[in-house]
Amino acid sequence: MTNQITDTEAGTSLWKDSWLRMRKNRIAVASIIVFSITCFFCFIVAWFCKDPNQVNLANKFSGPSSEHWIGTDALGRDLFSRILYGGQVSILVGLIATTVSVTIGIIYGALAGFFGGKIDSIMMRVVDTLFSIPFLMIVIVLQAVLSEWSRETSVWIVSNLNWDKGFTDRITNVLPLFFALGLLGWLTLARIVRAQVMSLKEREFVEAATSLGLTKLTVLFRHIIPNTLGPTVVYATLSVPGFIMYEATLSYLGLGVESPNSSWGILIKEGANYLETNSQLLIFPGIIFSITLFALNFLGDGLRDALDVRASKD
Amino acid sequence: MLRFIINRLLQGLLVLFALYTITFFLAKAMPGEPFTTEKNISEEAKAYQRAIYGLDKSLFEQYLRYPINILTKGSFALSTSKGRPVEDIIAQSFPNSLILGLSALGIAICIGVPLGVISAIRKNSWVDWGAMSIAMIGICVPAFTVGPLLQIYIASHLPGLKVAGWGSPADIILPALTLGLTTAAYLARLTRGGMLEILSQDFIRTAKAKGVPSNKLITKHALRGGLLPAIAFIGPSFAALISGSFIVETIFQVPGMGQHFVNAVIARDEFLLLGVALFFGFLIVIMNLAADILTGIMDPRVRLGSNQK
Amino acid sequence: MSLLEVNNLKTYFHTRNGIVRAVDGVSFSVDKGKTIGIVGESGSGKSVSCYSLLGLLPMPPAKIEDGEAIFDRSTDLLSCGEKVLRTIRGKKIGMIFQDPMTSLNPYMRIADQIIEPLCLHMKMDKEKALKEAIHALDEVGIPEPDNRINMYPHEFSGGMRQRVMIAMALITNPEILIADEPTTALDVTIQKQILDLIQTRQKELGTAVIFITHDLAVISEICEEVNIMYAGRIVEKTDTKSLFRTPKHAYTRSLLKSIPANQVKGEKLYTIPGLPPDTSQIIRGCAFRERNQIGDQNECLTNSRPEFKEIEPGHWVQNCPGCLS
Repeated sequence: MTNQITDTEAGTSLWKDSWLRMRKNRIAVASIIVFSITCFFCFIVAWFCKDPNQVNLANKFSGPSSEHWIGTDALGRDLFSRILYGGQVSILVGLIATTVSVTIGIIYGALAGFFGGKIDSIMMRVVDTLFSIPFLMIVIVLQAVLSEWSRETSVWIVSNLNWDKGFTDRITNVLPLFFALGLLGWLTLARIVRAQVMSLKEREFVEAATSLGLTKLTVLFRHIIPNTLGPTVVYATLSVPGFIMYEATLSYLGLGVESPNSSWGILIKEGANYLETNSQLLIFPGIIFSITLFALNFLGDGLRDALDVRASKD
Repeated sequence: MLRFIINRLLQGLLVLFALYTITFFLAKAMPGEPFTTEKNISEEAKAYQRAIYGLDKSLFEQYLRYPINILTKGSFALSTSKGRPVEDIIAQSFPNSLILGLSALGIAICIGVPLGVISAIRKNSWVDWGAMSIAMIGICVPAFTVGPLLQIYIASHLPGLKVAGWGSPADIILPALTLGLTTAAYLARLTRGGMLEILSQDFIRTAKAKGVPSNKLITKHALRGGLLPAIAFIGPSFAALISGSFIVETIFQVPGMGQHFVNAVIARDEFLLLGVALFFGFLIVIMNLAADILTGIMDPRVRLGSNQK
Repeated sequence: MSLLEVNNLKTYFHTRNGIVRAVDGVSFSVDKGKTIGIVGESGSGKSVSCYSLLGLLPMPPAKIEDGEAIFDRSTDLLSCGEKVLRTIRGKKIGMIFQDPMTSLNPYMRIADQIIEPLCLHMKMDKEKALKEAIHALDEVGIPEPDNRINMYPHEFSGGMRQRVMIAMALITNPEILIADEPTTALDVTIQKQILDLIQTRQKELGTAVIFITHDLAVISEICEEVNIMYAGRIVEKTDTKSLFRTPKHAYTRSLLKSIPANQVKGEKLYTIPGLPPDTSQIIRGCAFRERNQIGDQNECLTNSRPEFKEIEPGHWVQNCPGCLS
């Protein structure tokens, strides 16, 4: 199709190539910008905002004003800063749960794919079985199991490390969620990585590496796993919004983040109660939540198109 | 085919057993204890109750006793928070959950599959773009936002629809719609992907070279293979519907099984928890089996492959 | 006038990386009952030109920019529109493809696939069509056709599938059969059987055949006239005998030289150096210049494309001094 020179170029700079393709995808670029702005507001601007838990019953359900940019909630708390602080929790849940699940998924899938044979078939049977188990149900129970532990952790941190109590509570409150979600979300990725490793280990560069005297595991971690990165990045990006949604669902059911701490799920739940009289309490968190999920999903789709070698051929 | 089904059922039993084991030990590890609803309960009374429910036995004995009782006596034990047999609670709430789940699945299929097919045929047109944008909204806007919005802006304006409650057939519509939308969105995306994959295959070109008109090209040649990813998703999507039902039942006050599960966790009611979990697990196993059988019917290669094994 | 006359066909692909001129002014013709061959490396545009005729290319990205293809003295295949084209596809022009593994629908029984042209074009009822189909399978040498017709493609071997493809393409008794590398994906032992089968059926039915291949040995066996394609254009066109006896163009000579059977034992196999030119770039001058070892590279045209000229009666060639020397 093309001449030799461009062929080798494409081989050495797959990531650069993908980046160029990515940049042409306007929706994906817009998604990156939107997500960056959201993160900037939640993690930087939030520190300069009002205390999200400052109750002021005299000023409940107030409309937008210079004091409270988008009004206050049923307890007179500033909605804007509650959304930002809630965003911290929601986004962190997404990112940390993804990190945990991606780590487990890569290692599990890579080992299964690399060893093959009996080990592989047993490991994959385990995945198949876990796949049929309703995820949310286990998360709910697991998170109940871990909640006690998180309370103790919070007390320990506050008394031993002298951290700010409010901040510590906010973080430890959601720790069980992070782990419950992360521990159970690795199944799909394990399958993807396994399939990749299976096909990669037959390729020449692996043979070349082994013939240079590297051990099997070195080859696996240095040469095979980095090559599975493409699908992993795509899957990881797409699982972030999934986890954010799970967190919101659990919080909505009263099983995730606990009041007075906020998360987008909590805010939407609280807002839904006052939908008829004060619809902005549902509308604002709902819109921010959905826009973030939009951005992450479109970003994942864009990455898939950009990184997918099959699609790039036409 | 029979061997295939038996094989799958055995696998399903394994799934249920794994589900039971995980749920059992997690339930045991949950902090707090049952019987805290009645306040000022004495230690003796507590011990007495524990003995009634068999909670004084060793962990291992309890672990074995529960499934044995189910198999021999058909008994799912007593709910510690409600004091009623778990099977009664399930029997009462299950029909509601089933109706809700199946209507939601039906709505999801009726919306999602045609949308996906049309998008694939009109790839990169405004129809495709529009349908996929709607699908993306379905994925990104949570049920607990859609539900209240439907309640306020649809239910209160249309006669015959109630904001919440479960009595007349019309009450099914809004909860099922809320529950089905996300699944519909996923189905639309999967169907589109599957159809695009099939439409790029060589045999579609062969059919075209035979002079097959384009509508028949879709219905006769492409649809069967193109729907396979969506069919394979029916099992997992049913699991997702069950998860979603926890929320939708709360919003629309449907007396289904989902709320029992959530309440069981909050009340540390392990028998109710186990019963509902196993029942949901059973439903998912059945739906997965149905999806597998359907895949076998649609894809002759799968059918034969399983026979040869 | 011939059964099919293709004049100045141009098919371009409009891709993200620019316009690929896959077919850039190709003309050929087929007479009733005759066999012509189109030969070239992969990417030379040979398959694309035939897909263009039947409208089988995905449009976009493909676009037919110019040319005409007059079928049966009346219909221009390139401009007649989808509706007319559909009555010709599978009825008057049949087609078989390279890979029999992927060219049959894995989700449908052979029976349903093979009777489709009959039901569509002849308006035959299913029962009669089935009888006809069993007969057709028998003709292409499928054992127990009345049993096998109810099977699925994956239950057939590659050679058997290609037989099914041939039976399916010929079942409506078309006037032209386009065979797109029908033997490339098959084992060598099967290749010969399939070639023989195509030839026998052709003689029995009087079908004209357009045979697309990259294998000159196949051409020598079944074609009466050969078109050699390179970079979207035909570089040489003549009857099979004079092509093998007196090849003119350097590309043709290189191709002949690279056939293993033509080479001296013990010597290194000859291969044409380099790759075909990138057709997304505008080619000025002779497209084969850089790879020309057999002729005189220095004399190849550099500023204008060589014109296609009849240098001997019935022997057409791209008139580039470097390639002809």
